[in-house]
Amino acid sequence: MSPHSPEAQALYERLKREAEAAGYYLNPDVDFVLDLMEGLLTNEKRYGYWACPCRLAEGVREKDLDIICPCDYRDADLDEYGACYCALYVSEDIARGERKPQPVPERRGTVPGPSATEHEEELVGFTKSGIPVWRCKVCGYLCARPQPPLKCPICKADRDRFERFA
Amino acid sequence: MAERVIALKKKIKLYALSTCGWCKKTKKFLDDNYVEYEYEYVDLLTGAERERVMTEVDRWNPRRSFPTIVIDDSQVIIGYNEDRLREALEL
Ligand code: SF4
Repeated sequence: MSPHSPEAQALYERLKREAEAAGYYLNPDVDFVLDLMEGLLTNEKRYGYWACPCRLAEGVREKDLDIICPCDYRDADLDEYGACYCALYVSEDIARGERKPQPVPERRGTVPGPSATEHEEELVGFTKSGIPVWRCKVCGYLCARPQPPLKCPICKADRDRFERFA
Repeated sequence: MAERVIALKKKIKLYALSTCGWCKKTKKFLDDNYVEYEYEYVDLLTGAERERVMTEVDRWNPRRSFPTIVIDDSQVIIGYNEDRLREALEL
């Protein structure tokens, strides 16, 4: 019997559905994920928002904005390690059980890695922020972020179908 | 198993969060190996108490991430790292 609450189960099902619809994957270790669901629900009760279960939240929304799940660091960690810091979200090969998620070092508070600066010299167009814009060649979806997503959240095309747009 | 606990007189302090998956895995690993340890769920602490414990964490792990495991006040293992735990605890 699972020791997890029906609320955790329901949240798991919801996040799994939403992740898959957006080209993301949850960790295939369901027990591990249900623990994280309990963590998210606990933090929702404590703070009123989904503070990352694996980080110490301040309890003040403005100070915790970057670690509200899914956090600002998820995609960079998926890129580099194949898992988010909590290992709630994982890469496709980990989701398929071909590889186990490894602990991810804390990225919060570090200076952004080369992925954020790689395109510095080519900055063009309308992004004053200096963030490149990527275009999905399959469906035309545009997004401004250091790297294209692993999968297009609209049409689910793989990352290599993206081109630099601006 | 009792001998193991006695034989292994290391002082182990685990700094963890009650909501964190890797922390739970770490605790389970220590329990499964009959390791004695003290732990602190920092997210359950408030005010000055939390400050005090976070100062301890900071000394060993300026990133202040969890789990942080301090062994014999001389060695730190950051994150759930089974190989390093086995090595440090001679399991
Ligand atoms: S590390 Fe994972 S679980 Fe934690 S906030 Fe980020 S995306 Fe959510």
